[in-house]
Amino acid sequence: MLGKTANGLFWMFRYLERAENTARLIETGQRIALTRLGSTEDEWRSVLQTAAACDGYDARHDAVTKDAAIDWMLRNKDNPASVMSSLAAARQNARMVRTAITHEVWEATNGAYMNVRDLLARKVSERDLPSVLGTIRSRTALVRGATHGTMLRNDIYDFARIGTFLERADNTARILDVKYYVLLPSVMAVGSEVDNVQWETILRSVSARGGFRMAYGSTSDPRDIARFLILDKRMPRSLAFCARKMRDNMGYLAADYGKRPRSFSMADHIERHYLSYDIDSVFDYGLHQFIQRVIALLDELARQIEIDYRFYE
Amino acid sequence: MSDGDIFDEMRGRDGVLRAPYAAFNAWFDGEDPRRLRAKQREAEELFRLTGITFNVYGRSEAEERLIPFDIIPRIISGAEWQKLSRGIEQRVRAINAFLYDIYHRQEIVKAGRIPEEMISRNSAFLPQMIGVNPAGGVYTHIVGIDLVRTGPGEFYVLEDNARTPSGVSYMLENRETMLQMFPELFAQNRVQPVQNYPRDLLRSLAASAPEATMSQPTVAVLTPGIYNSAYFEHAFLADQMGVELVEGHDLRVVDGRVAMRTTQGYTPIDVLYRRVDDDFLDPLNFNPDSQLGVPGIMDVYRAGGITIANAPGTGIADDKAIYSYMPEIVEFYTGERPLLENVPTWRCSEPEALAYVLDNLDELVVKEVHGSGGYGMLIGPTATKKDLALFRRKLKARPGNYIAQPTLSLSTVPIFTRAGLSPRHVDLRPFVLVSPAGIKITPGGLTRVALKKGSLVVNSSQGGGTKDTWVLED
Repeated sequence: MLGKTANGLFWMFRYLERAENTARLIETGQRIALTRLGSTEDEWRSVLQTAAACDGYDARHDAVTKDAAIDWMLRNKDNPASVMSSLAAARQNARMVRTAITHEVWEATNGAYMNVRDLLARKVSERDLPSVLGTIRSRTALVRGATHGTMLRNDIYDFARIGTFLERADNTARILDVKYYVLLPSVMAVGSEVDNVQWETILRSVSARGGFRMAYGSTSDPRDIARFLILDKRMPRSLAFCARKMRDNMGYLAADYGKRPRSFSMADHIERHYLSYDIDSVFDYGLHQFIQRVIALLDELARQIEIDYRFYE
Repeated sequence: MSDGDIFDEMRGRDGVLRAPYAAFNAWFDGEDPRRLRAKQREAEELFRLTGITFNVYGRSEAEERLIPFDIIPRIISGAEWQKLSRGIEQRVRAINAFLYDIYHRQEIVKAGRIPEEMISRNSAFLPQMIGVNPAGGVYTHIVGIDLVRTGPGEFYVLEDNARTPSGVSYMLENRETMLQMFPELFAQNRVQPVQNYPRDLLRSLAASAPEATMSQPTVAVLTPGIYNSAYFEHAFLADQMGVELVEGHDLRVVDGRVAMRTTQGYTPIDVLYRRVDDDFLDPLNFNPDSQLGVPGIMDVYRAGGITIANAPGTGIADDKAIYSYMPEIVEFYTGERPLLENVPTWRCSEPEALAYVLDNLDELVVKEVHGSGGYGMLIGPTATKKDLALFRRKLKARPGNYIAQPTLSLSTVPIFTRAGLSPRHVDLRPFVLVSPAGIKITPGGLTRVALKKGSLVVNSSQGGGTKDTWVLED
């Protein structure tokens, strides 16, 4: 496989994952705003932060408003992380790797792009927002389904998966990075109205309210939420789950190519040394420091993959 | 010219249904126009989803457009095709012999059949190719011969495309679309298949590998990248052949071979089907500013380390000024009379011809010698006074840059419109594969159709569309 093709696959699937995650963040923000009294500016600011869209937004807006934040994250072409930009970039990469993906995957990607482009051609009204977000979710799910159902399990698939889980881990880590403080043991009465809303925000951002209830019952211990998002190996968006998947796929690549590159050891290291402990050690380490460290390690890993598999040279 | 002069491929000149269309016509008469209209829309959806688009030069890079597809097939009988393909094969052999000759001993110039300056002063002539011996003596591995028709047995070659002819993906996707939408038509008509083209292309390219190649040759397609107007086709062909689609920055010269950067290191390439123009192929040997090529590839090529298809410098054979010498070229190298007619051509570089062209400008088509895509041409009969005056000035300023031809009364084939069938002018580009193992012509080709009533310009960049082209088993 060409290094360029590996690069294209890696980014195609990162962008698809990113489009989906951004849509989910918008949905969460909207939901919280609807069920809450008073100003929602802080809430939208933290949503923007989680979507890594704050700096660009501030450069073009004076204040954070719901409509402007949604529009920025959904359809603004100047925002490289907006749903529209991400889908356009995913499709651009898919065009580049046309020869590596199946017709079904290409058509699902192209179909997702065309459908969403039409929906986002004009500003989306509040009334239409839920159905638009629903379409984005189901369209990206179609691509994922076509990928699972039609792609050979070879190096092509490995790079697609590595891109997916790296982006997903990064997204979950950023949610935690922005909201870590609500998970810290606090002087405030646990279970207060504010905390409940915040915890729900976090769980919604990873589509895991139901999953959490199923795994932990109806208790609302912030430690459980942290454990769920960081260490739970059953939860498909947890850091531990994503790290395990990355390590697995990089292991298949190493076996396939008969060579174990540095990036494999790095993925292995992240999994073993950061995501195999219990939640108490994470709090002992310092939740925020821990999250920042994982984000930095994921960054390094991405760069090493580029080098090991000759993405650019 | 009046409508009565125009030959319609379905209804002839007299309105009587021609034999190749008999079964199709019976089917069409039984169809509900509303269903067909829905099918026409369905075809468009299929094309959009597959992403068969092209980028229009001079527009924003992101803009992708569909080439309109018309659902009425163009039908050619097996006998008509057999005659045509013999002529095409003869012409392609002559083109390859001509290319070998002008990059070696130049016998045709010595024999006085072509003026020396037509070669030496031609910008498509590459001195870097002098004395180079491509594998098997093949220069043009892929050729597209543009034909027009004026009567039942009258075909003319309008232009030879010997550099990097495009459009074959449309030929294949048009057929695929027709098979999906109207399977019953293919049960009622015995249409010769075109679907083997990618397999034949791969075989033909592999057979053209350098003689020293030991194992199964590694083939790759070289594209300028995703912003190129024909990128879809490049990706399509690489995909269909199951080979890598590379760009210049994926390649470098390693140990005297051209190699591609893979996830596991550099892998040498034996045959490169390049869709990048000569000038951009090698910044060390041609345009030093090119980002699209591979530094040093020409040196590897000259040393026999890689086959480049088509060979650099083949453009000299499809130059419009050389075109006018094609009857002589065919006779000189094959010793036979040309089976396919050339359109009579005035070379404006010759004073007598120029005088004639200037006197009769409103009846002629004037083309730039190096132009393509229907840009920069004048169609006398439909031109405004202003256009005529402009071209008169251009011709006087740089006569050598132009040729002129009579306006032929091009044949028509019906398209499907709201008002039913309506005739439109068409041309035909059959695709020819050449390798040391032989010549292969895919039955049919790409039919381009001028969608505007009365228009003679079929180029996709100028509002033309395409049709599926059937060659019947007789």
